[in-house]
Amino acid sequence: MTTSSTNDPVENSSTPADCLQTPLDAWHREAGAKMVPFAGYSMPIQYEGIVAEHQACRNSAALFDVSHMGRLRFDGDHAAEFLDHMLTRRVTDMVPGQVRYGMVCNAEGGVLDDVLVSFLQTPSERRFHLLVVNASNRAKILEWFEPHLADFPTVTMSDRTELTAMIAVQGPMAIEVCKKLFTIDPSRLKNYSAFITDQFAKPVIVSRTGYTGEDGLELIVRAEEAQRVWENVLLAGREAGFKPAGLGARDTLRMEAGMPLYGHELDETIDPITAGLKFGCNLKDRHFIGEDALRAVVEQGRMRCRIGLLPTGKRPAREGCPVLTADGETIGKVTSGGPSPTLGVPIAMATIDAKHAKDASFQIDIRGKTTEALPTKLPFYKRPVAAS
Amino acid sequence: MARDPSTLRYAETHEWVDVQEEGGDKFATIGISAFAVEQLNDLVYMDLPEVGRQLEIGEEFGEVESVKAVSPLYSPVAGEVVAVHSDLPDNLDNLNDDAFDFGWILKVKLSADLPDSLMDFAAYQKQCSEAG
Repeated sequence: MTTSSTNDPVENSSTPADCLQTPLDAWHREAGAKMVPFAGYSMPIQYEGIVAEHQACRNSAALFDVSHMGRLRFDGDHAAEFLDHMLTRRVTDMVPGQVRYGMVCNAEGGVLDDVLVSFLQTPSERRFHLLVVNASNRAKILEWFEPHLADFPTVTMSDRTELTAMIAVQGPMAIEVCKKLFTIDPSRLKNYSAFITDQFAKPVIVSRTGYTGEDGLELIVRAEEAQRVWENVLLAGREAGFKPAGLGARDTLRMEAGMPLYGHELDETIDPITAGLKFGCNLKDRHFIGEDALRAVVEQGRMRCRIGLLPTGKRPAREGCPVLTADGETIGKVTSGGPSPTLGVPIAMATIDAKHAKDASFQIDIRGKTTEALPTKLPFYKRPVAAS
Repeated sequence: MARDPSTLRYAETHEWVDVQEEGGDKFATIGISAFAVEQLNDLVYMDLPEVGRQLEIGEEFGEVESVKAVSPLYSPVAGEVVAVHSDLPDNLDNLNDDAFDFGWILKVKLSADLPDSLMDFAAYQKQCSEAG
C-alpha cells in the first residue's frame, strides 16, 4: 500500500524548510495536527480525523486556521473604482460593512482568482477595501494588479497576509457562542457583511462569511493575537463541542456545499459563466477586465458547464476521472470528488460539454472501471433553515 | 487464536503476511498493518481481487480509499488468490480495532518463496517510526 493524494493539498507528513508558517503553527503541532505543505505554507490537514472534524462543523462548529489566504488592503480615493475595474463584481456601490464574492479575470474571461471583497470602516471612520484571495494565487494577483494600479495613482495596495491571521468559525453554534467574545454582537451581522470590533481591546475584523455551507464567521486579527483569539473561541465553544479542523474537512465541507475550489472548478481556462458563477458577475452598465469575453459567453451560450453527480455504489470518483455519456462518449471530467461524510455516499462535481447538461444519466471512469452517475442539483448539502 | 503482529512479515508498502502450511502447500494471508490503517484514517472503500487470479510479487491487487486518498495495495508474495475477505469492504471501520484478524484481505497459495525484502516486526516498526 502506498498513499497517494487525490485532492490538494498534497499528502506529505514532512514539512519542507522553505514553507511559511501561520501564526498558529506551534499550536497545531502541539495539538497533534498532521501538517502538510499547501500553497507555500505548512498547514494542518487534520487533527483527530477528517470525518469527526467535518461532523463537528455540521453539528456544532469547527475552527479553521485560514491564515494562508491572502489579505490585500486597498486605501485611498478611487480604491473602489480600481477594484471595480479589476473584478467581475460591482464594487463602487458598496456601503461600509458589505462583503461581495467575485472573480478576477484576464481579458479572455479566464479566472485568475475568486475573491471576497469587503468595504470596511474603522472606529475612527477610516474606510478601506480588503480583498481575500486564494493562498496559491496571492503572488499572481499582486503581480496582475501592480501595472493596473499605475492608472490609479491615489490607490495604495498593501499585502497584510503575514501581519495578520485569519480564523474561520463555522457551524450552527458559531454565532451563538461568539456572541460572548466581541464588543459588538456578531448575530446582528447579515450574511456577507462585516465590521471591525475588538476583543480585549485588540481589533478584529468579523465577517459573516465562510466556505463550508454553514453559518459562521471569519475573523482577521493581528498575527500576534492569533493564538489568544483561537484559544478563546475554542474555550467559549468547549461545551458546545467546538473542534479545530484541518484542510481535509474544509475540502469535504465545501464540496458538499457545491462551492468551487480554485485549481479544480476554476482556473485561467474557465470563465465564471462556464463555472456556474454568473451570480458573481455584474455585466450591466460597467466596464471591467474580461467583460467583453464574458458578454460573448452569455450571448453565444457556454460550451462547457459545471454539474453535480452522484456516482452509484460506494466507490468515490476523484478529480480527473473522465465523465462519459450513458453511451460511453467522453464529455468531460470530474473536477472534485470524494465521499460525503454528511450524506454517506460519494459526490462529485464535473465540467462537461454543455450540450449534455440535461442528460438523465452519466458514467464516470474511475481508474478503468465505469460507474453510473446520476446528475443532481448543487449544492449536495444545504443547511437546514432555522425555525423562526 | 488472535494473530500476533510480532510474528508476521511486512512489506515496505505496509502489507502484512502470515504464512501457514496446509497439506504440504504454503498459504499466505495478507492484510494491511494497524500503522497503515491509522495513517489512512477514515476508510471508505476497498477493492478486492478475484479468486483464482495469479499474482506476482509487487503486483497491484486492489485499492483502499480514505476520505482523502486512494492507496493501491501490492502483493508481497507470488501465487494464486484462493480466498478474499468479502465482508471487509462493508465493515472497514472494524479495521481500526482489528487490522490483523478481522482485517485480513486475501489468501494466496504460494508459488514461490517469500521475497527477502519482507521485514520482520522490528524492522517494520523502525520503518514506521522513521515515517512519523
